[in-house]
Amino acid sequence: MIWSKYSAPQAFYPLAGRLIPWFAAVAVILMGVGLYIGFFVAPTDFQQGESYRIIFVHVPAAWMSMFLYVVMAIWAGVGMGLNARLSFMMAQAIAPTGAMFTFLALLTGAMWGKPTWGAWWVWDARLTSELILLFQYAGVMLLRTSIDDLRRADRSSAVFALVGVVNVPIIYYSVQWWNTLHQGASVSMATGSKMAATMLMAMLIMTIAFWMYSIAVILARVRCIMIERESLPVWEEKQAVIHEAVEAR
Amino acid sequence: MSHSSMWDSISGIIRRDLLLAMRRWSDAAMSVFFLVIVVSLFPLGVGPEPAVLRTIAPGVLWVAALLTCLLSLSRVFTPDYLDGVLEQMVLVPQPLSLLVLGKVLAHWVISGLPVVLLSPLLGLQFGLDGEVLGVLVLSLLLGTPTLSMIGAIGAALVLGVRGSGLLVALLVLPLYVPVLIFGAGAVTSSMAGIGGEANLSLLGACLVLSLFLAPWATAAALRIALE
Repeated sequence: MIWSKYSAPQAFYPLAGRLIPWFAAVAVILMGVGLYIGFFVAPTDFQQGESYRIIFVHVPAAWMSMFLYVVMAIWAGVGMGLNARLSFMMAQAIAPTGAMFTFLALLTGAMWGKPTWGAWWVWDARLTSELILLFQYAGVMLLRTSIDDLRRADRSSAVFALVGVVNVPIIYYSVQWWNTLHQGASVSMATGSKMAATMLMAMLIMTIAFWMYSIAVILARVRCIMIERESLPVWEEKQAVIHEAVEAR
Repeated sequence: MSHSSMWDSISGIIRRDLLLAMRRWSDAAMSVFFLVIVVSLFPLGVGPEPAVLRTIAPGVLWVAALLTCLLSLSRVFTPDYLDGVLEQMVLVPQPLSLLVLGKVLAHWVISGLPVVLLSPLLGLQFGLDGEVLGVLVLSLLLGTPTLSMIGAIGAALVLGVRGSGLLVALLVLPLYVPVLIFGAGAVTSSMAGIGGEANLSLLGACLVLSLFLAPWATAAALRIALE
């Protein structure tokens, strides 16, 4: 199979349509499993009690928010390098989902912070860099919507996304040196995990669920963007209508 | 291209932009007065307690410097964009990123250098003295060129876009966060007696990185804007 064939929106539109239900189904199932393990199977934390259970949403959301920014920047970079329309559409489709996860991470972080730290908002390193990430998502989306010319909107927001991706680690470390209250990372590749195995499993399942959800939603959104930009699928539907009419006769 | 002609093209742009700025000196004067006014507003809002003012001084001075740079960003490319000079700059054989570097350095001389020179005076208003004032000046000297560099990317991206004044703030301010943290951090740690060297080194690192990457990104953004 020649994959490059799907870089054309005409070919990608039906493929995306076929893939969406699968990713959505996997997302729903894994979310159910992950939340069940998180809420009923995972043991109560000896320090934080039950309130820690928000991490099964908070941590995967925070991971996804950063991961999606990088993926968006990669699509933007591919778009700039290969001048491919579909890459820009993908970058455009990813931004709102990434911003949503960033907001979700901030919201659940605040909900976790109230019982644990005693405050809804603390100027902690990771909360702050997450907030700045939200600003960057907002910048990418607002820059795109303020430019009327589609080609310029694509390329300008791609440049900004790429500039942002250089800046994200710098912001992350600068904010970390600036102030840190947050509990140290409990999951890291280098030292292994300090968490109970069930907690870790629930978190990883939720991460995969959020990932699959992102793919499903982004594919659905990219289809909408294609309709908006190219009106090709409309043409396709018209053809189907004509085909049916011919059949009926 | 030889080194001398590279330097010629940069210095030519700097000379031209400085000459234009001198002919319209009121623009530069506005930045300076903006800075002084913003900084003077804080004691009026916070209260005249010397201890409080000393504590907030690094943050206030740095945020004011940041806003001053931000407000002057529209002058980097917009006049040349409107009268068509920018299009000629894209067409000349010299690399656009070099010309951009020249323009950004000129912008720093017009809007950043006055901030650096004025900062000891403003620091005195907030009760800073001695070594701390020196660190403040040094941090601004290292940090404001980075602000101009990053700001130029934003200015190029919003060139000719409606609502560009607010949009450039939205794009650029989050990118300014590390510079603000290291800059104000240098002054704060020098006040605490730890010395600001670590933060000053990081500011220097930011400057080198932005000198290397920002003109290139700005040139890409300008090409997109002029297509």
